[in-house]
Amino acid sequence: MPFIPHTPEDVREMLERIGAPDTDALFDEIPAGLRTAALQEIPPALSEMEIGRLMSARAAADGRRLNFIGAGAYEHHVPAAVWAIVTRGEFYSAYTPYQAEASQGTLQLLYEYQSMMASLTGMAASNASLYDGATALAEACLMAVRAHRKSKSQRILVPASVNPTYRQVLQAIAGNQNLAFDLLPYDATGGHTTVASLEKYRGADITALVIQQPNFFGTLEDVDALTDWAHAAGMLVIAVVNPTSLAILKPPGEWGSKGADIVCGEGQPLGVPLSSGGPYFGFMTTRLEHVRQMPGRIVGRTVDLDGKQGFTLTLQAREQHIRRSKATSNICTNQGLLVTAATIYMSLVGPHGLAQVASACMERSAELVDALTRVRGVRLAFDRPRFHEAVLLLDRPVRGVLEALAARDIVGGVDISTQYPALGNALLVCATETRTGEDVATYARVLSEIMQNAAAA
Amino acid sequence: MSQVPADLRFLKSHEWARLEADGSVTVGISDHAQQALGDLVFVEAPEAGRRVVAGEACAVVESVKAASDVYSPVSGEVVAGNADLGGQPELINHDPYGAGWIMRIRPDDKAQFAALLDARAYQAALAAETH
Repeated sequence: MPFIPHTPEDVREMLERIGAPDTDALFDEIPAGLRTAALQEIPPALSEMEIGRLMSARAAADGRRLNFIGAGAYEHHVPAAVWAIVTRGEFYSAYTPYQAEASQGTLQLLYEYQSMMASLTGMAASNASLYDGATALAEACLMAVRAHRKSKSQRILVPASVNPTYRQVLQAIAGNQNLAFDLLPYDATGGHTTVASLEKYRGADITALVIQQPNFFGTLEDVDALTDWAHAAGMLVIAVVNPTSLAILKPPGEWGSKGADIVCGEGQPLGVPLSSGGPYFGFMTTRLEHVRQMPGRIVGRTVDLDGKQGFTLTLQAREQHIRRSKATSNICTNQGLLVTAATIYMSLVGPHGLAQVASACMERSAELVDALTRVRGVRLAFDRPRFHEAVLLLDRPVRGVLEALAARDIVGGVDISTQYPALGNALLVCATETRTGEDVATYARVLSEIMQNAAAA
Repeated sequence: MSQVPADLRFLKSHEWARLEADGSVTVGISDHAQQALGDLVFVEAPEAGRRVVAGEACAVVESVKAASDVYSPVSGEVVAGNADLGGQPELINHDPYGAGWIMRIRPDDKAQFAALLDARAYQAALAAETH
């Protein structure tokens, strides 16, 4: 059954009225080279019964593997109540409603979400979410250019220790809008960004410095020193953070003497299950002075004519339905459904519960690193404090080891050797509160067997 | 009916310009523009020292209804932005041709000023727009 309501007769009448020969003619301003004809790789349609069987078979192929991958998306316990509430009819939509103020419940939920994110990050204002963590960073860089009016360079310093996928997305979105990114090297022993590596930019016109905390290696950056240095050099500071970690780490609003200017990141750890790379959601918060440059929707609390509390979309003059091409962003997808999950997750676990989750992640990750580095041929890459991830260096190519682990139903981490060739055979591992002591012991035992096996070398 | 002072020059996009004794040009938005926008809530005036060309968007005025660009009537260097508007954007609503000025520009070529619409031509443009 087609989900398009127009009959062929409707289409013919509409085309006739506007004087177009056929539907294709409506797209003729798009150059032929950019248009795709038929989608060759799409197989013929299946019935509901057939697709059900196919999907069951594929789900079964996933098996029940023990997961030690992090690298931007994290396996956390999601209380059953979260999605039971999210999937109620009142909430079950991905969109902010078009007649927004008619949906006071949805707006109140978004307002509560914004309040929680502002509090978690230590900033004054939050938007109602963005597409994902990587695009949130791209939006943060574009926002920094708009907010920092004294800087003309559109140049932004990005440490190599920022998630490489984020850096790719950053280049794809903001690089094409004439922003330039200077890559900062990481310290070989600590895996962090040093103030010394910034010195060569002193006196240059640089718009902003990006700081990811914890960084892609799981290492904690010296956020206070970096923030103060950037501010003294006239740059804005963009923080990319893991929201779970903020329950125990210093919020970006308190970094250095002035705090970060823009905070963004991936919201998935807050109640969103891992699912083939998404959908997840991006978050963004900022100081009040920059709020008009922040992209995305913002919900405000107000009173109606009778003095009763109400919620409303606010500062809409920044948005594309009013500002068109000059809007703060034209990637307006927000992730209302996932934000609903995050809001309910944060409400259920509370600040204390989130701190417990974060502490458990850190402890379990420390146990994992202890156990794995006792295996012959495995050592820790960096000596700085970490959150819940770490880079391990192996005495042989990572890929073969990961394959051998996968054959034993263990997803052992991410091979980052290609992205960071200077590290050699580098494996990024993660353990959250969902891994038990037994899981860690299993991984260490199987890895030890594999590393003893010369054939795997 | 909105005020259109006879001693000012205008753009069709509703900016006004006044040639000062020191040769600089003061720019704001017309009474008609502030009425159309409604209560202003935010103004982003340009920084002193910025180079602008005639027709370039160099300030933003935001009301409860809309945000609009303000275009420079002349090419030159911004010598001042009205800092008072940061805390009191409503100055534009109360006094668009006085305390609500937005920026002052040192023009490269005074002939550009002379070529702007005079009050009568602007009034005619307004009449054409509303009919």
